[in-house]
Amino acid sequence: MSSNPVAALPLGPLDLERSELLLRVVDGLEPSTLQWLSGFAAGVAHERALAGGAVPAALATNPQTAPRSEPTARLTIVYGSQTGNSKRIAERLGRAAEAAGLAARVYASGSYPLKDLAKERLMVVVVSTQGDGDPPDDARGFIEFLQSRKAPKLEQLSFSVLALGDSSYPKFCETGRQVDERLAALGARRLLDRVDCDVDYDTLATPWLDRVVTGARDTLGGPQVATVTRLRTAPVAPQFSREQPFAAEIVGNQRITARDATKDVRHLELGLAGSGLAYTPGDALGVWHENPRAVVDDLLQALRLDGEQAVELDGQGKTLREWLTTSREVTRLTRPFLAQQAERSKDAALAAILQPGHEADLRRTLTDLQVVDVLQRHGGDWDAKTFVQALRPLAPRLYSIASSQEAVGEEAHLTVAVVDYELAGKRRYGAASTYLAGLDGEAARARVFIEHNERFRLPHDTSRDVIMIGPGTGVAPFRGFVQHREAQAATGRNWLFFGARHFQSEFLYQTEWQDALKQGVLTRLDVAFSRDRGTPRTYVQDRLRAAGRDIYAWLDGGAYVYVCGDAEQMAPDVNTALIDIVAEHGARSRDDAEAYVRKLADDRRYLRDVY
Amino acid sequence: MAELSHVEKIKRESRHLRGTLVESLQDDLTGAIREDDTVLIKFHGTYQQDDRDVRDERRRQKLEPAYSFMIRTRLPGGVCTPQQWLQLDDIARRYGNGTLRLTTRQTFQFHGVVKTELKTTMQAINAALIDTIAACGDVNRNVLASANPVETRAHPVVHEWAKTLSEHLLPKTRAYHEIWLDGERVLGTDEAEPLYGDTYLPRKFKTAIVVPPVNDVDVFAHDLGFIAIVEGGELQGFNVTVGGGMGASHNDPETFPRLADVVGFARPEQLLAVAEAVLTTQRDFGNRAVRKRARLKYTIEDRGLDWFVAEITRRQGFALEPARPFQFTQQGDRFGWIEGHDGRWHLTLRIEAGRIADNEFGARLTGLREIAKVHRGDFRLTPNQNLTIANVDPAAKAFINGLVARYGLNRHEQASPVARDALACVALPTCGLAMAEAERYLPRLTQLVDEQLAKNGLAGAPLVLRITGCPNGCARPYLAEVALVGKAPGRYNLFLGGDGRGQRLNVLHLENVDEPTIVAALDAAFARYARERTDGERFGDFAWRAGLVGAQAA
Repeated sequence: MSSNPVAALPLGPLDLERSELLLRVVDGLEPSTLQWLSGFAAGVAHERALAGGAVPAALATNPQTAPRSEPTARLTIVYGSQTGNSKRIAERLGRAAEAAGLAARVYASGSYPLKDLAKERLMVVVVSTQGDGDPPDDARGFIEFLQSRKAPKLEQLSFSVLALGDSSYPKFCETGRQVDERLAALGARRLLDRVDCDVDYDTLATPWLDRVVTGARDTLGGPQVATVTRLRTAPVAPQFSREQPFAAEIVGNQRITARDATKDVRHLELGLAGSGLAYTPGDALGVWHENPRAVVDDLLQALRLDGEQAVELDGQGKTLREWLTTSREVTRLTRPFLAQQAERSKDAALAAILQPGHEADLRRTLTDLQVVDVLQRHGGDWDAKTFVQALRPLAPRLYSIASSQEAVGEEAHLTVAVVDYELAGKRRYGAASTYLAGLDGEAARARVFIEHNERFRLPHDTSRDVIMIGPGTGVAPFRGFVQHREAQAATGRNWLFFGARHFQSEFLYQTEWQDALKQGVLTRLDVAFSRDRGTPRTYVQDRLRAAGRDIYAWLDGGAYVYVCGDAEQMAPDVNTALIDIVAEHGARSRDDAEAYVRKLADDRRYLRDVY
Repeated sequence: MAELSHVEKIKRESRHLRGTLVESLQDDLTGAIREDDTVLIKFHGTYQQDDRDVRDERRRQKLEPAYSFMIRTRLPGGVCTPQQWLQLDDIARRYGNGTLRLTTRQTFQFHGVVKTELKTTMQAINAALIDTIAACGDVNRNVLASANPVETRAHPVVHEWAKTLSEHLLPKTRAYHEIWLDGERVLGTDEAEPLYGDTYLPRKFKTAIVVPPVNDVDVFAHDLGFIAIVEGGELQGFNVTVGGGMGASHNDPETFPRLADVVGFARPEQLLAVAEAVLTTQRDFGNRAVRKRARLKYTIEDRGLDWFVAEITRRQGFALEPARPFQFTQQGDRFGWIEGHDGRWHLTLRIEAGRIADNEFGARLTGLREIAKVHRGDFRLTPNQNLTIANVDPAAKAFINGLVARYGLNRHEQASPVARDALACVALPTCGLAMAEAERYLPRLTQLVDEQLAKNGLAGAPLVLRITGCPNGCARPYLAEVALVGKAPGRYNLFLGGDGRGQRLNVLHLENVDEPTIVAALDAAFARYARERTDGERFGDFAWRAGLVGAQAA
């Protein structure tokens, strides 16, 4: 670019006057500022395009004079996220790349323009794995495309995959592995080897992120003439975040299952006043919990270690008890821990289940047993520091927010099932839920942050109907939805499906729903109870089918469908029910019905928050 | 004319008790039925209730009250076969709260039936050839008859009359069969209620038949009563009593318990005509504007007994003969074995508060089930919440005795006279009207009273003690020598002065008092009674003579 601020000729599509103005603006600016400016301009263009504005005529009529953007000379970041972790990393990477003067754009995998793939020079994929090796919902299309014969040769592409997963599942990071292998098979070159992150993803993601930025600078050849696309107005950085959580007051902690219920479900109300934290229905609240004292005591006893001894790790000095209480996962068993334990205990049986061919045993061990069980059964010689290192760093738990700020102001409500049961004659505690359930009294605080979830939002068009399917604590976000729809005076209808085991003891928020129906806020409520004496076991999908004709009519009329709750059984059953309904009441073939439901998802009218 | 009460409107628009019960039962979002239907469902023999112990807790839990239904059977004279007993026992354990409750109206109550099982339960009861029609509601309720049925040849005849009367006064609507028994739907207009009309009675209507000398039914506590006149073992006819009733409201002098008046004598064949005349007079002249003034006793108070007798005479088409002499010796039941006129035996057991359950006091539900499996006679529910194992062959007595002892059913041998004769209504936690505990407090109350008696050297003295959780009078408290009527949790009105024969109302002695005050008052009264009583004088009679109650007390 010329350093002489004299415009002899119009620049590009600009007239002479604007050309002179532009030159005056850029005169004397630092290169980094100039890069920022180009990004700013691109962002403005993007927003106007989104706002439906026409492409500037000059651009359309004089394509040869358009700024010569280089679409391939940039870093493309694609994420597939279910709970928001992949998204958070992708956005962090985007900011880091921009800060390093790189052109970068960030896409949710469902929004990525697949036709661009053939032109990409540098791409990173951050993707999580759900349940038994499944991709996140909105990454399905992206992965299907990659795996299909339509996928282009990618010899021009450098890439890296950051895989997120949970090592307590056998198919750990399966989706990331598939993407990584497929991109390589299509001819792309690995900029960095794939990194598989466990639940404590930050420990590996942060160094990976730095290496990507360095590698990208090398690949793309230093700072670019910026084509950074500002995808959205940069939000004001919240004062409180995942890393800097807000200590929220516990305003209410009320059991909402009856005294004879087998489940203890709590309605928690947390005060956000003064935090600046804001959320939209569909978002989750992240909670940093402390582990139950009983669990930590059991561990210390099994280890025969003194909880008061100091352990220095990652530059932090705390007592062993503090590490175990506030900084490590101490209930859920992981494969890596099991491997170390097998080594330390020299236990052949334990070693055996880690071998191929014993996946079922391994899965059972990982789900049925906790860290303390393994220690008690197999012994093993641990010192405090090694033990702390072997455990995963404590990860916050995410709970769907069960309120709308339109209704509750500076509060966030949660619906928490307290995991507390007997197994093999021992009391088991879900660490986070037990912690939350125990929070009571004036001084009780929980460290929280907002986890936004753009993938689970009410329709902007308030005249649209919504169908909400949320058995058990899956009903939580729908309490927020209904509150929100009432506050919006939405004209669309609201239909809720709820299910539980027992009508009389586990009908969560029963009186609120009854009131909402009376006031017309809730149009219809269908309930299914699976363990009531004398009535057949009924689940939400049964109620859906029974109401199939109406469901189809709502869908056909443009209704949105939301599913929240169990991912393993309920969500697939509901999905099948929806396909059956479309086939039966829409007089469609099975394939067409599947396509119909898939399109609902593609159109973001069928949204799921399942776990 | 004053505006009709809301209940009258519900009845009139109910299409003979149908209302929206079917829709209410189908609504799976609530364990309750629609508000108007709660009025109508009583006519079908069931009340919507909720567990008041957890009502507030559930409100905070964002759960509706723990609704359930109490089902009351219609069992004229309280007779049931061993086969029926086994079926009802099964129903109680399968659908109810695992207890059978014997009521002061000689029938069964099931508690804790949830809405989703209500219809199934009703069908199971009907499968036992017992129904629940008109067991509650503004109709003629279950007809009482003196419990011991075969002491003389007249007893079974009286029992037959109780049954005939009950059936004659049943509503004719098919609603019950349609709603509960999947009976064919009768369309609209051709269905008539010749006796009741579209709005039934202004209020409940209670009928009892008594065979002197034991006034076990408290005949003067009922809207309509018949005192059997037996000569030489043969039934001659009945003295007719009208206008009795227990219910009252606290602090409302317009409401009060009232003893029935004896208005004449009727021959057996005139019984139905008299009953119809009394019932239809009340139907046409009873107060339909103010429900707490809607019982027959107020119609008679307001219009005068002479007017009433003239009206029923006109409707009967004949005049009653002058009343015959009769004499009552006691209220309550006679416990233990009694031989009938035909050489068979009847064993009356004490069932405290009528509650038959397997609990910390014994396995009485199991015990009676075991007895029902082998018993060849029948069962008789007494009007005092007790049970008679009736028509036992002399050879079977020993076997029955064995089972009675094994399952702790021999309370009648062990309990003090106070504990043996006491009555308590259900009250908390299920009765919606209760202001204080009754059934659950009864064991402690009888113990306290016994202690005060013993302290004053009166251990073993007979005393009719009754307690209700509210002033409506289900356990006929106003006829007891000592009665507690619930006012608020832990607080009662203390009444003294019944005569032990059911022929005199007691009188308010202390208002709104707690347990220590009640105990102290009884202690003082018993102390005087111990010192000043005449030979054989009952406490209730003494209380009047000594001025503890009555004009001198003021």
